[in-house]
Amino acid sequence: MALLSVKNLGVEFELRTGTVAALRDVSFDLESGERIGIVGESGAGKSVCAFAILNLISKPGFISSGRIWFKGNDLASLDGESMRRIRGNEISMIFQDPMMTLNPVLTIGTQMVETIRTHHPVSLDDARNIAVEKLKAVRIPSPETRLEQYPHELSGGMRQRVVIAIALLSDPGIIIADEPTTALDVTIQAEILELLLTLCNDYHVGLILITHDLAVVSEVTQRILVMYAGRIIEQGTTREIIARPSHPYTEGLIGALPEKTTPGQPLNQIPGVMPSLQDIPSGCAFHNRCEFAAQRCRSDLPRPTDLESRSVACHFPIRD
Amino acid sequence: MNPDTLQIRPDSWRRFRESPVLHSFLRHRTAQVSAAVLLVYLLASILASVVAPYDPWDLTQFDIMDSEIPPAGSAGADDRFVLGTDAMGRDMFSTILYGTGISIVIGIFATILQGAIGISVGLVAGYYGGRLDSFLMRVADIQLSFTTLMVAIIVLAVFQATVGLEFYEDFAVVAIILVIGIAEWPQYARTVRACVLGEKKKEYVDAARVIGLSPITIIYRHILPNTFSPLLVISTVQVANAIITEAALSFLGLGMPVTKPSLGSLIRNGFEFIFSGSWWITALPAMVLVVLILAINLLGDWLRDVLNPKKYD
Amino acid sequence: MLAFLIRRLGQALVVMLVISFLSFSIQDELGDPLRELVGQSVSEETREKLRDEMGLNDPFLVQYWRFLGNAVRGDLGTSYFFKRPALEVILGKLPATIDLVIAATFWILLFSIPVGVFAAIRPDHWFSRVAMGLSILGISIPVFLTAIFLIYLFAVELGWLPSYGRGDTRMLFGGWETSLLTRDGLRHIFLPSISLASVILPLFVRMIRSEMMEVLEAEYIKFAWAKGLRKRRIWMLHAFKNTLLPVITVGGVQLGIMVAYTILTETVFQWPGMGFMFLEAIHRVDTPLIVAYLIVVGLIFVVTNTVVDIIYGLVNPMVNITGQRNEP
Repeated sequence: MALLSVKNLGVEFELRTGTVAALRDVSFDLESGERIGIVGESGAGKSVCAFAILNLISKPGFISSGRIWFKGNDLASLDGESMRRIRGNEISMIFQDPMMTLNPVLTIGTQMVETIRTHHPVSLDDARNIAVEKLKAVRIPSPETRLEQYPHELSGGMRQRVVIAIALLSDPGIIIADEPTTALDVTIQAEILELLLTLCNDYHVGLILITHDLAVVSEVTQRILVMYAGRIIEQGTTREIIARPSHPYTEGLIGALPEKTTPGQPLNQIPGVMPSLQDIPSGCAFHNRCEFAAQRCRSDLPRPTDLESRSVACHFPIRD
Repeated sequence: MNPDTLQIRPDSWRRFRESPVLHSFLRHRTAQVSAAVLLVYLLASILASVVAPYDPWDLTQFDIMDSEIPPAGSAGADDRFVLGTDAMGRDMFSTILYGTGISIVIGIFATILQGAIGISVGLVAGYYGGRLDSFLMRVADIQLSFTTLMVAIIVLAVFQATVGLEFYEDFAVVAIILVIGIAEWPQYARTVRACVLGEKKKEYVDAARVIGLSPITIIYRHILPNTFSPLLVISTVQVANAIITEAALSFLGLGMPVTKPSLGSLIRNGFEFIFSGSWWITALPAMVLVVLILAINLLGDWLRDVLNPKKYD
Repeated sequence: MLAFLIRRLGQALVVMLVISFLSFSIQDELGDPLRELVGQSVSEETREKLRDEMGLNDPFLVQYWRFLGNAVRGDLGTSYFFKRPALEVILGKLPATIDLVIAATFWILLFSIPVGVFAAIRPDHWFSRVAMGLSILGISIPVFLTAIFLIYLFAVELGWLPSYGRGDTRMLFGGWETSLLTRDGLRHIFLPSISLASVILPLFVRMIRSEMMEVLEAEYIKFAWAKGLRKRRIWMLHAFKNTLLPVITVGGVQLGIMVAYTILTETVFQWPGMGFMFLEAIHRVDTPLIVAYLIVVGLIFVVTNTVVDIIYGLVNPMVNITGQRNEP
């Protein structure tokens, strides 16, 4: 039994113009200590998926179908109080922009201690010790003084380390990292990624890494889910998918990586843009951008089918 | 409110028809009712001289013997005066019609003046920035903390005492417009400045600068149109506030004189009579005033929701 | 913090100079102190001599400098009407106005925070809708109408509460007469304080609501939810503390507005405070009293604004000693 098992998850948003499905039929598993990556363009539903796992989809959105099994509970239907005890405790989340994630008017110490004390009956001193220990783990120098500081006194990279330390406070089983390096400088990105990787190994934490950057995913994760227009269109081991993508969209993404391009040549972009969630085309949502599209792709929705060790939702998957 | 910001283009009617503003208006009952009420007010005050049975500014038309006649429906009512008469025997209906007109005129023109001053200052402060900007905004802060009412009370008191009451009566409307118009400039200046700062960050302004457009062209053609929505929203609030301020000044005896009463002066006149039971002299103009302000504010609230001007500061 | 304080105090000083200059210009413009002193019957020659003696023929700036020197020593001239030092007259009226402002502030704080916060957390709840509807009605009713309505209802029709005056007062700290400590005083201050609060309360409710709704959308609030914190802590600490910053700034300005509105409230209720006195002084063209009022009120504004700035600096960790905000 996997640690986390998402089954046919659907999320909808009730807008004035009608209901829009942001997530459709998403299924995947995460084993204990495993690192998976969710990849896709912005608007593909990656972040919605992350928030859905924590049952934090805010109005006008809601989980419309499916189950999220975690340690014998269905998080999609769990009561508020039990869900609250899981958040930040057994499943933590790291947000995209560390400049916006920490509360500007509370000290780092307050924001760490409150997280520990809301989940564990420990004394203030013990809570501070735990906080210091985790700040050390994310390699923040002189952690004791940091506790007294406010977020604006730290740099972006430091703040993201603090956020990671907060995510680690209760030794969670899973960390969901939503574009954890996108807002950072390129030089710091690598440090943070490397830190995240080390910590997940050291503490045996499962990681769901959400990013639009295939390069990031390929460095850190063991498995990849590729999302397009609210669906998972391909999933499998990172090595296999990067080496031999089956879905034309995945192939396009990999082909667009700068290192796949001959110097001096233009980047290989996928033509067109992802459709907005309001008007997803019939059949395969990718058909109007796909060079292999046939009549069937326009009418029939491709179901995820197992192809050797991976699953792909395409009528005409690429084989070697 | 400010005509400068309205750029009439050939396709503007089509844009309006397809805009979310009209769409929302057609579905928003409160906005429709408020707009209808305002339309009635505007028509009534424009046509006051036609609709009103008497000319309240001509005291020879009234007889002091007719004073304090209650409105129709009460005991002692008189057919000649539907809404009764005030302590001077003036027809309440005619007086309220004329008074509403004065309140609206002052509200609108004071707001236009505020806009003209505030927008210019805001554009200059926002576009040039630096020391000039901090100085102007500090002045705005101080001016705001002193409140329009306070400034207006002082200025009008000094003005009245200097020129004498008789002369003042002839120029009261202009004086009040000038005072409220000048004292409230910071509201516009702040909003415009915040918009300019927001717009200045955007790339099209850089682009315009790079292709060599002059600052005035950039401000006028590119930045100003983008400040239209927030300005429209605060303009409604400002008209309502100007009307309230005028009423308050008149109530204190520093605004419109008794001979040419606005709604505020009518309320002042009637105030002492509520203790003796002549409630209508105060209550009727008060109701007319509150409904007017409420309609403007509700319309402004709706506009704010539709246009949703971004908060820059 | 010290540099911040000095900067603010320096600004306050400049503002006070400007106010004193404007006040003096008014004094210069309004009324002839000589006429008040000696009446009409004195010959033109004697007048001119008196003028010279009193320094009324000196250049404007010289007179202003003298005025400033006197003002610093607490001498703001003598009221024509009361025949007493203007400052003394005003300080005698000050406690009544401050009582009123305190009572109104009490109502505002008592209602605006819970109602505003609730309306932000539960925008669709019936109570929030009613509160928002009432608040726009409240904004649309001028303060003197609220006052008149309250008098009509509670004093004229029902006869429950008095419609004018302060009632019994009690001496506090040897020189402070307050209505807030006697039963009769409280009965008298009830209606005036409510009508004074009625201007600001709806503005505060709406401001707290909209600021808090904006804060609730912030990333750090989402992060707080993701940390598994309890609702109460997220709303009351994480969101409310951030809501407080803009509210404090605007709140300082509103306090100034409240002082201005005491003129209206005190006039309707014949409340024997500074505002009522100021309006009477205007109608009597009692110039020294008008000028003294302007300077005292200016001082109140400047002091409250400076205090508000300092409180803001204390609450907001992002204000450093230079007074600049570091945007996060």
